[in-house]
Amino acid sequence: MWWRSASFILDRQQEQNTSFPPNPESLLLSSPPPSMADSLQNPKPDISAYYQTRAAHHAVVTSDWLAQAQAAVSLQTNDDVSSGSDGRVALTGGGTGVDNKTFSVIDEFNSWRKQPDLAEAVAAIRALAAVIRASQATTMMELEIELKKASDSLKAWDATSISLTAGCDLFMRYVTRTSALEYEDFNSARYRLIERAEKFGEISYKARRIIAMLSQDFIFDGCTILVHGFSRVVLEVLKTAAQNKKHFRVFCTEGRPDRTGLRLSNELAKLDVPVKLLIDSAVAYTMDEVDMVLVGADGVVESGGIINMMGTYQIALVSHSMNKPVYVAAESYKFARLYPLDQKDMGPALRTIDFGVPIPSKVEVEKSARDYTPPQYLTLLFTDLGVLTPSVVSDELIQLYL
Amino acid sequence: MDPRRTARTVSDPKVRQVGFFTPAPPERSISDPPRFQDPIQPPSPSPTQVNDHSPSGNSLSPVMIPPAHHHSDNFLRMAPQATSPTKAFSYSAKTVTIPPENEDVASSFSPGRKVVSAKSPSSFPGVKASSVPASELTTVSVVNLPPGISGNVYKLKGKLIAEKAGGASVEVQNDRPVSAKTLKEKTSKAERRALQEAQRAAKAAAKAEATKASSAASKVVTSANTKPSKAAKPSSQKNDGSQVAASEKKGGDRAPEKDRKKDAPHPRMQYDDKSRVEKAKKRAVVKQTEARNRVELFRHLPQYEHGTQLHDLETKFFELDPMHPAMYKVGLQYLSGDIRGGNARCIAMLQAFKEAIKDYSTPPEKTLIRDLTARISSYVSFLIECRPLSISMGNAIKFLKNRIAKLPLALSESEAKSTLMLDIDRFINEKIILSEKVIVKHAVTKIRDGDVLLTYGASSVVEMILLHAHELGKHFRVVVVDSRPKLEGQLLLRRLVRKGLSCTYTHVNAVSCIMQDVTRVFLGASSVLSNGTVYSRVGTACVAMVAHAFRVPVLVCCEAYKFHERVQLDSICFNELGNPDAISKVQGREEINYLDGLVNQENLQLLNLIYDATPSDYVSMVITDYGMIPPTSVPVIVREYRRDHLWS
Repeated sequence: MWWRSASFILDRQQEQNTSFPPNPESLLLSSPPPSMADSLQNPKPDISAYYQTRAAHHAVVTSDWLAQAQAAVSLQTNDDVSSGSDGRVALTGGGTGVDNKTFSVIDEFNSWRKQPDLAEAVAAIRALAAVIRASQATTMMELEIELKKASDSLKAWDATSISLTAGCDLFMRYVTRTSALEYEDFNSARYRLIERAEKFGEISYKARRIIAMLSQDFIFDGCTILVHGFSRVVLEVLKTAAQNKKHFRVFCTEGRPDRTGLRLSNELAKLDVPVKLLIDSAVAYTMDEVDMVLVGADGVVESGGIINMMGTYQIALVSHSMNKPVYVAAESYKFARLYPLDQKDMGPALRTIDFGVPIPSKVEVEKSARDYTPPQYLTLLFTDLGVLTPSVVSDELIQLYL
Repeated sequence: MDPRRTARTVSDPKVRQVGFFTPAPPERSISDPPRFQDPIQPPSPSPTQVNDHSPSGNSLSPVMIPPAHHHSDNFLRMAPQATSPTKAFSYSAKTVTIPPENEDVASSFSPGRKVVSAKSPSSFPGVKASSVPASELTTVSVVNLPPGISGNVYKLKGKLIAEKAGGASVEVQNDRPVSAKTLKEKTSKAERRALQEAQRAAKAAAKAEATKASSAASKVVTSANTKPSKAAKPSSQKNDGSQVAASEKKGGDRAPEKDRKKDAPHPRMQYDDKSRVEKAKKRAVVKQTEARNRVELFRHLPQYEHGTQLHDLETKFFELDPMHPAMYKVGLQYLSGDIRGGNARCIAMLQAFKEAIKDYSTPPEKTLIRDLTARISSYVSFLIECRPLSISMGNAIKFLKNRIAKLPLALSESEAKSTLMLDIDRFINEKIILSEKVIVKHAVTKIRDGDVLLTYGASSVVEMILLHAHELGKHFRVVVVDSRPKLEGQLLLRRLVRKGLSCTYTHVNAVSCIMQDVTRVFLGASSVLSNGTVYSRVGTACVAMVAHAFRVPVLVCCEAYKFHERVQLDSICFNELGNPDAISKVQGREEINYLDGLVNQENLQLLNLIYDATPSDYVSMVITDYGMIPPTSVPVIVREYRRDHLWS
């Protein structure tokens, strides 16, 4: 189900020079996929695309880098005149608009995900909206089948990304479930879907705002918050708290190997929040001083546990044993119908780790990029549906998908 | 200082002890350490103390609660003095003479209920202290204590009195006909308890020969008792011994079919409620003989002497005209254990219902909906008599009755019948067979190459999962854990080995050794309750607990139609008792006969439980037809499921 993956190109570049805008040519978009099989799969099957994108966003992103990336994408799509495959939703343009141009949902998705403020799930839904827009289907059924294919190929393209999967599922659910769609004529139904997909970006931004508002009650004056990794939601929460004139202190873990904690501490320093940077192994040492742990999530699974950047589990364990609350800030579209039983129950999302010194080939390196934190170590989840206990996640999912 | 709380803490250690020992072993002397240490109690008469002491002081207290121990000790002491068992009983008759205000308190402590009633109006110290000691203290010339303290002290005294005065006090008590007359109409539960206790104690004291006399004696007592209180239920005074006799006596007369069909015994009848049991017995088709020695903690559950009913039923075949032959057959199969396993039993029952509906015709001047519902109820009560219903069967019956009730009135009889039969088929297909397949599909995703899967007992779904995973070419090993007395695991093992799976077979005793190799535990369930508790074959909780301790994920596979909205915290309140002989004997090993001849001893009680409850903490995941859910989400499924119960 998951692809084994390895290399993580951006990692080294960041380390060399964080202010250096990554050259788009060095990204996976550099060369057009030579064959069908490649384009069906992730061009770099070894990379966990999700984590790569995250790292890319957490490096310093300039607007011209974005422009370059998009240019590269459009370049690529133009190159891809060759064919339709089962991996792509190939649409030969009719008389209007798109003439004889292959539309690839994956490329569409990639172009969306390059925007650093856009969540992965939103990008997926935007991409699916593009499918609808480009679709030639004349009945709802046809459209649904087309969408299904597109979302399957999207999911297969980067199986390591939970929010991508969740976003696709969510949108498919919306399409199949909205009963109103059955009663109107096809075109208005289609527009309604597109409209909905457009709105989703807003919703995701709003979700972040809601979460930030909800979590204010939990941040009290004089508290010390431990954060791990970089999460947009967590940043939003802390930003709002700072704006509300709360006095609090933040401990940021370093977040090896992509050092996402550094970026968060930069952002917080800009807000004049007192920040202390810890190396990842200093968590237990500082836990005494910590009042709460606040983390984001890559995905929230059915058990109510979370999948997040490597290290979250051990932080949760430490804080559980010291009776410190662990709060998770996550938008509800990250809820996924997954149920890992243990760490190894998920497919690995691998990345390379640079240790700075050459590692002998005999030495094995644990490369997994994420871990699973079981629900019993989490105190509460801040979501746009409200502040939930972990067990409610499954209830919400059942309501949504059954 | 909540009185209920203290009462509970007092009873806790006792309950544990009682579970596996007889309440009044003859050897036990008063110097035994457990139970009340009155002297330790501070003399101040706090309401709580009065509360939990007074019942025992009254000797009204429940039989199985420790105060009872100490009481029975009193009885034992006096038993030799009271030369004949009849004497002992007259003593017990005295215990009946409690002033009526006390009734409430006394009954609220009756052990069988296990629930301490919330309101006990007369539980204030004032009332108590004045009324209770009054009866006790008159027996001896004890100084009149101020009512406040007496509540506490009288106990001490009462004990001494009982020990010293023995028979004498008995007589004094009996000389008080007034209080005997003031008996309220209904004999309270505690009284019955006390009576029972007395009889048992007497029996124990008078050893073997006394037992015979006691039944006669008890009859004397009961008749004596019933006289003053006419309205008292006659059944209530019987104790175990006399009851068996009585039920056998009554074997001949069967109540008319009419009232049998209407009020089927409630599926969760409390079998320690004598009057109800008696009533139910009158209606019963299957004449079950109740087993004599039942473990105290499980007295509310029915337990019968096995092997007696089957023959009995067979001979009755032609008398049971209202019973459809298909139902009859299924009932017999349950009784003999030919059909077992939640799904198999449920399907068999539904098929039998189908047959019965097919052959059904509405009697003149009756409506199909009402008459058929009543008919189904009578079938169900017959099935319950054969073997208590499983929760899955209960749900299926609920479904069927719902369908019958929802039938449009305009439907002709044949149409109605065919709709019902279709509904039954649909239930079997969708809720049982299809959902099993869905569960298999989900569960297989959790099996990886190199896994070692452990299963306990024989669950049909787990078997399907293992076989399917094997068909998919996954490489894994299976550990089948089994337990006496049913050894169902061997059946599963046989089928797995035949399909070429590599298996390990062990008994539950070794589960902690084998668990360290295991990577997944798959369990079946009889039911999953809405607090996530898994109700399953006895031993499952143990396996799940060990797995939890070894941090091995426990996956419970259960179809959603077996979910129940009940909440259960222990496996005592609802359970099923199996044949106690099954654990006292080992089949095929004649040399293991240590218990021969001991089975009917008063101080030996055999406990063969069928189910147990696994707390949800030990369950990592419940796999149902709705997907894989955490045990905390069971109520959501129950809610949704209930909805399509009603509207589908």
